[in-house]
Amino acid sequence: MREPLLDIKDISISFGGISAVEDVSLNISKNEIVSLIGPNGAGKTTVFNILTGVYLPDSGEIYFKGERIDRKRPQTIVKKGISRTFQNIRLFKDMQVIENVLVGTHTRTHYSLFDSTFRTRKFRKEEDEKIYKAIEILKILGLENKKDEYAGDLPYGDQRKAEIARAIATGAELILLDEPAAGMNPQETDELLNCIRYIRSLGYTILLIEHDMRVVMNISDRIYVLDDGKLIAEGLPEAVANNPRVIKAYLGGELHVGN
Amino acid sequence: MRDKKISFNNLEKFLYQPSVFMILTGAALAVLLIVPWLGLNSYLMNIVVKVAIYITLALGLNILVGYTGLVSLGQAGFVAVGAYATTILTKVYGWNFFTSLIVCVVLAAAVGIVIGLPSLRLTGTYLSIITLGFGEIIRTVIIVWEPLTNGPMGIRGIPRPALGGITFTMANSGMYYLSLLLMLLVMLFCRTLVRSKTGRALRAVKGDETAAVMMGINVTYYKVLAFVLAAVISALAGSLYSTQLGYIDQNTFTFDMSTIILSIVILGGMGTLRGMVIGSIILILLPELSRSLTDYRFVIYGLILILMMRFRPQGILGWKSRLPYPIRKTVIERISGPQNQTADDGETNHA
Repeated sequence: MREPLLDIKDISISFGGISAVEDVSLNISKNEIVSLIGPNGAGKTTVFNILTGVYLPDSGEIYFKGERIDRKRPQTIVKKGISRTFQNIRLFKDMQVIENVLVGTHTRTHYSLFDSTFRTRKFRKEEDEKIYKAIEILKILGLENKKDEYAGDLPYGDQRKAEIARAIATGAELILLDEPAAGMNPQETDELLNCIRYIRSLGYTILLIEHDMRVVMNISDRIYVLDDGKLIAEGLPEAVANNPRVIKAYLGGELHVGN
Repeated sequence: MRDKKISFNNLEKFLYQPSVFMILTGAALAVLLIVPWLGLNSYLMNIVVKVAIYITLALGLNILVGYTGLVSLGQAGFVAVGAYATTILTKVYGWNFFTSLIVCVVLAAAVGIVIGLPSLRLTGTYLSIITLGFGEIIRTVIIVWEPLTNGPMGIRGIPRPALGGITFTMANSGMYYLSLLLMLLVMLFCRTLVRSKTGRALRAVKGDETAAVMMGINVTYYKVLAFVLAAVISALAGSLYSTQLGYIDQNTFTFDMSTIILSIVILGGMGTLRGMVIGSIILILLPELSRSLTDYRFVIYGLILILMMRFRPQGILGWKSRLPYPIRKTVIERISGPQNQTADDGETNHA
């Protein structure tokens, strides 16, 4: 079997004696869309926070492209190629949309304060390249016409997309989306689904936390279900949806998958 | 209201057109260059120089407060470091003013790092209190370290800057041009800073620290960098200020000075360059012009600040620019050139 892009092995973390995540193992292959679902407080966002280096796991190991990344600093992990969006949108509201995306290119923009102060050739070349790249990314998300607006002024759905654009701009291969469809109306959700599929078609790998079952069932290659910090199921969407433990823990009843 | 906004945007667009902007900048520069020939008396020229120095100081603090979102109440401490370093080197050791600036920059940067470090753990009010303490510590050091600073007696007869036989004095307007030059250089620096990776990182730290970390920004580094830049700029302005005054002691660099610099930044408009200019003109000129009002001037002073906070908290010139992000022609051509693979996908047209 080919080596997974991301391999999480038995990670656990507890806060003040309360176990938030317990022995969770999870793997993602390149170019997959994998969803992590579970009721509120199941520990989904905690898994994201461990993955991105915000929390240090008490035990367990995380490998990204075969390299161990747990206990690395968040900045290092971004450089290695993992980037995320946030459940509660965290854009830089007082910066233009394109500036937000340019912030995403930060770790891959190589010039010094000297270069920018004296506007050296190196600076102009790098900056032009990154602006070009930023606009290309905004095109992917259909935001190129809003590049000069302030992020805080965008409608809700566009803010979500701008966050995704910013995450892509870091040059990440694996993109973690934390409830991207939260608060979206059905039309916005459909747009978002198309977006995510399109991003995958460009070669990105996606790990998704989502509450909207329509989104999850529609888009995921595989699903992991977390309940009370523990994995209770994993597999293909249909299998997970019909798993009695999942129905009991998460859905509280029977689920009818679309079609 | 809406119409007003649109017409304002058009005005901004008009003013910032490259040709219009160049003409306006050129005109402003021409006026600034001929100021000494306007026949202002030495009292007024002193105020003009003071305004230029305070604009520079405000530009420095603006990097901290306006871009990075770190409020410093101890800026006078950095000004003092620069002023004393230069004064001691030139007066006691006979250094040239311009050579001493190198030492002044290095020293200020070092102090900036030391003061910047607590900012990594503290935010908001707590950080402000630390910087406030720093300002007072510097004053105490000045008083106590008598062999070096001459203590509370202060240092008088500070030599004017000189270069190649020319002495920059108030009389020959050398001081004016020197302070103008420093102000313009700092302004240019700030302009290049905003439109760079560094400036974006600083503003990202202000906007949302967690998100900034998740974008791979080394928040620690950029916070300390902001302190260092603000410290160096303040120290340079302080060096110049001391030669203008000709006499410094610990009371030159009181908390009042820190407050005035901070007030300029807030009054003018945090995070803007134009705001620093208007803020300094108002806050430095006003007390001078209203000297005849004696005690009442502080009432007016306070009233202005209160009214500002109520009706225009973003500062007098603190509007959000509606101008498009500047993109060079070559890049625009590359983007609008032959449509690439994204066009036939259909997915991109859903905006």
